[in-house]
Amino acid sequence: MQPTLKVQALSKTFDVRAGLFKRKKFEVLKNISFCIGKGETIAVIGETGSGKSTLAKLLAGADNANSGQILLEGNIIEDNGIRDNQCRHIRMIFQDSGASLNPGLTIGDMLDDCLQYNTDFDEEERAEKINLTLSKVGLLVDHQHYYPHMFSVGQLQRVAFARALILDPKVMVLDEAVSSLDPSIRAQIVNLLLKLQRETGLTYVMITHHLSLVRHISDQVIVLDKGEVVEYGLTESVFNNPQSKITQRLLSC
Amino acid sequence: MAKFKVFSEESNKSPLARFWRKFKNNHPALVGLWVFIAFALLAASAPFLAPYGVNQQHSDALLIPPSWHEMGDVRFILGTDDLGRDVLSRLMNGATYTFGLSVVAALLTTIIGVLVGTFAGISRGIRSSFLNHLLDITLSIPSLLLAIIIIAVLGPGLMNTVWAIILALLPQFIHSIRNLIVEELSKDYITAFKLDGASNWHIISRGIFPNIYEHIVVIFTMALSTAILDISALGFLKLGAQPPTTEWGAILAENLGLIYLAPWTVALPGVLLFLAVLSTNLVGDGLRQVLKERKAD
Repeated sequence: MQPTLKVQALSKTFDVRAGLFKRKKFEVLKNISFCIGKGETIAVIGETGSGKSTLAKLLAGADNANSGQILLEGNIIEDNGIRDNQCRHIRMIFQDSGASLNPGLTIGDMLDDCLQYNTDFDEEERAEKINLTLSKVGLLVDHQHYYPHMFSVGQLQRVAFARALILDPKVMVLDEAVSSLDPSIRAQIVNLLLKLQRETGLTYVMITHHLSLVRHISDQVIVLDKGEVVEYGLTESVFNNPQSKITQRLLSC
Repeated sequence: MAKFKVFSEESNKSPLARFWRKFKNNHPALVGLWVFIAFALLAASAPFLAPYGVNQQHSDALLIPPSWHEMGDVRFILGTDDLGRDVLSRLMNGATYTFGLSVVAALLTTIIGVLVGTFAGISRGIRSSFLNHLLDITLSIPSLLLAIIIIAVLGPGLMNTVWAIILALLPQFIHSIRNLIVEELSKDYITAFKLDGASNWHIISRGIFPNIYEHIVVIFTMALSTAILDISALGFLKLGAQPPTTEWGAILAENLGLIYLAPWTVALPGVLLFLAVLSTNLVGDGLRQVLKERKAD
């Protein structure tokens, strides 16, 4: 079967200023490869500074890699740093969904902009799609007239999901998307995620440090350390039988 | 019978509506706004409202005090000057020059400043630096002195004053706009907007401007109060508007010799200048206050 998302030898380096004219190369990600099928979830765990968030940005297209490819259903969408900008099948949920929404626009306007830039729907189709998406994530149709400041944290997260889902993506990248929520809302959001996955066959790439959540919803897990994959496998086998020291340390705490 | 509310009030107020509600609670600023609007209306319609022509002389009525004085005449509510010209008509027309031209100067500065500042904000490297520091040399000279230098080159005149003021105000404007835009660009919602497929133009017009236009209005009011003071100061020094023109500073200078004989010809333009600058500053201060409060919550 064709995997939904396939990442091959992805690397990213940053230029760091190391003196007046000297620049040092700093490798954030080295040779990352993994693949994931339709309707599956992969979790990326690791310590702070291990390159998790950079990986999320690369996948979503907020940043370009230096080398390596990202393939979506067999089509190359990023090849050695050149991205196919037409592709909006990988969508990202930010850590702070309040900050990722424009405070000056209503939710409806924001979703409408999204559709306008990426589809050729007319006004009626767009309105219908917005209503449909809002109810899909458990919001009311009336919420489209609201401004971001009028929502609670959990609702904002739902708005962020609506924004991602409205373009019918195949992959969703969740960058610490549920870590900042309190437990009851987190449970709601996680259930919403699982429901959406069942209904639409979404693939999730979950960046998190919340291990019990990883165990609960992900099929595969990648352990990153200083930009390198130290362990990659099915969640159960990694959790039950960690091979590397770093994984053992992560799991023990 | 007193009415009670059957339906709860529509509560989804836009950021602009919230802004207005907070501004309304600041009473001095609100009074300032009304005075400001009155000046703006006066500046636009003075030639139609004024009872007499600006240079119409009444040889039978020289140096008549304001009408509430026992020597006063009800035909000339604020009295006349030494040539028998109606002070009220001249002051009303003065609003067009002092206040109206300042608004024009500040608006032109805003338009140029926003354009250059935006380009400086969205470009990077040398180009951004070049645009940002394009007019920085003028920062080293106080605005009034710069205006005097420009007038020394181009000769005295009202239009030259306006150019001088625009040039003097621009660099600060460009810097503020650029800083605002750079600050907004680094925020998460712009990244998210880019990932939605927004072009550069969309990012500026839909993403950034709805969130910074209040700041632009605040900078505009600061520029406006400087412009009013500069135009009248140059008029007073006889470098800007020339005497038969009814610019308030020029009226002040023209009548300075009459200060003991007919104090109203000097005091009244002074009071108007004070009110114009005060109202502009009150509005600007009120706006700044609201912005600060909003940042806090």
